[in-house]
Amino acid sequence: MNKNKRYSIFSLARNARGYHKNWAEAWRSPEPKQSYDVIIVGGGGHGLATAHYLAKEHGITNVAVIEKGPIGLGNTGRNTTVIRSNYLWDESAAIYELSLKLYEGLSQDLNFNIMLSQRGLISLAHNQHDLREVQRRVNAIRLNGIDSEMLSLAKLKELVPILNLSPTSRYPVLGASIQRRGGIARHDAIAWGLARSADDRGVDILQHTEVTGLRIQGGLIKGVETTRGFIAAPKVGVAVAGHSSVFAEMAGFRLPIQSHPLQALVSEPLKPIFNTVLMSSTVHVYLSQSDRGELVMGAGIDSYNSYAQRGSPMILEDILAATCELIPIFSRVKMMRQWAGIVDTCPDASPIIGKTPISGLFFNCGWGTGGFKAIPGSGFVFAHTLAQGEPHEFAVPFALDRFTTGALIDEHGASGVAH
Amino acid sequence: MLLIDCPYCGPREEIEFSYGGEAHIERPKQPDKLSDAEWADYLFMRNNPKGPLAERWCHSYGCRRWFNVERHTVTHEIQRVYKMGEPRGGEEGT
Repeated sequence: MNKNKRYSIFSLARNARGYHKNWAEAWRSPEPKQSYDVIIVGGGGHGLATAHYLAKEHGITNVAVIEKGPIGLGNTGRNTTVIRSNYLWDESAAIYELSLKLYEGLSQDLNFNIMLSQRGLISLAHNQHDLREVQRRVNAIRLNGIDSEMLSLAKLKELVPILNLSPTSRYPVLGASIQRRGGIARHDAIAWGLARSADDRGVDILQHTEVTGLRIQGGLIKGVETTRGFIAAPKVGVAVAGHSSVFAEMAGFRLPIQSHPLQALVSEPLKPIFNTVLMSSTVHVYLSQSDRGELVMGAGIDSYNSYAQRGSPMILEDILAATCELIPIFSRVKMMRQWAGIVDTCPDASPIIGKTPISGLFFNCGWGTGGFKAIPGSGFVFAHTLAQGEPHEFAVPFALDRFTTGALIDEHGASGVAH
Repeated sequence: MLLIDCPYCGPREEIEFSYGGEAHIERPKQPDKLSDAEWADYLFMRNNPKGPLAERWCHSYGCRRWFNVERHTVTHEIQRVYKMGEPRGGEEGT
């Protein structure tokens, strides 16, 4: 990155002297070329991370990221920004831990502060079964070399003094686990930082360009039809989350994916009151406080299929009931905004990464309710998959054919909340 | 929240119902003859259209009976409610 573009204390001072009028644009808005080596459909976190690692790790820079709106305004800008790698199975542990490690170095890598805050992530247990399950997961996670530990009620009280630990509550808290390296980050910064880094290495980010069709001849991908004309490429990577089934239908194959709305909401800003991420599967909520002071919370998906980016009020009621149950002093906090994103849920709550029945067409989808934490790891393995034409070793177990072989990776319990 | 017109009880709020996913998935008639790919298609692969979808609902907190609904997945508009065993829209006798 050249000196004028790189962010540092010196560039801040230099631009302050120019009344901040001379900052370089973070990424260009180029005209599409007629052809690229690789096209990535979808300018969310996963697509942008794929472009970043294609350029950085594989030297492939003749790449276009095609996004129908502005980048990062789909699920990347709609999630609750939780980052963790406390998954049960070895396959998941490998890819989510890779992602967490990449997140830990991402601000330096991108020269863009993603505001990663490893404040610790607590999963609560409310009954004996929960407690055994949480303990089992802690052991499994530690066997994979990932940090995880049990928390006594006394420790929990110390970490989250406002948590309702009364033994007479409807669902009393009996214990918890914590992943101390878990936390939150600034979601917009991740999209912007990845886009800026990819663009700097030569990747074209084509915003407000919708892919309307895939051109396939003799089982080979030739390129994509867009609202700005046909763009050719021998390799196309599709990272479109909730719209994956629509693209699979264009290509003539079926996916086991169902699209559902997942809601989140934020409160009015409060002074710093709690400094961890709290999750509960039994009363079903996940909760943290953003750097702006808002409480950020979310829970389960709406039951029915939808592409509408809006959720039902009864889910909101459940989220708020659970929040008030866990932290009663939040009962008078006003909620400010509520929204939904369309998540691509898979039968085994694990992603699908890799080849499709069309040669040269690759999919990265099925991250469902937990895609944000996976952004760098997913981009890293998908970039490798696109560059080599063969799946990265961490992506092999997540191939589409696992639904035929039966080698599912059941992570339904992994989030500490039901998927 | 949806207002769903149960064919047995009349219009009720969505909260009384449970969702059953895609409708008209037929159980294989000769399961022992199925290939792995056909099993995968039956068990896991699903239509997930951006548009009208035929789906099953159960009136769990009412008559507890299953029925089919055709609903648009973008507008959420319920276009048709029909009983189990009746053909989906635009088809005859299936």
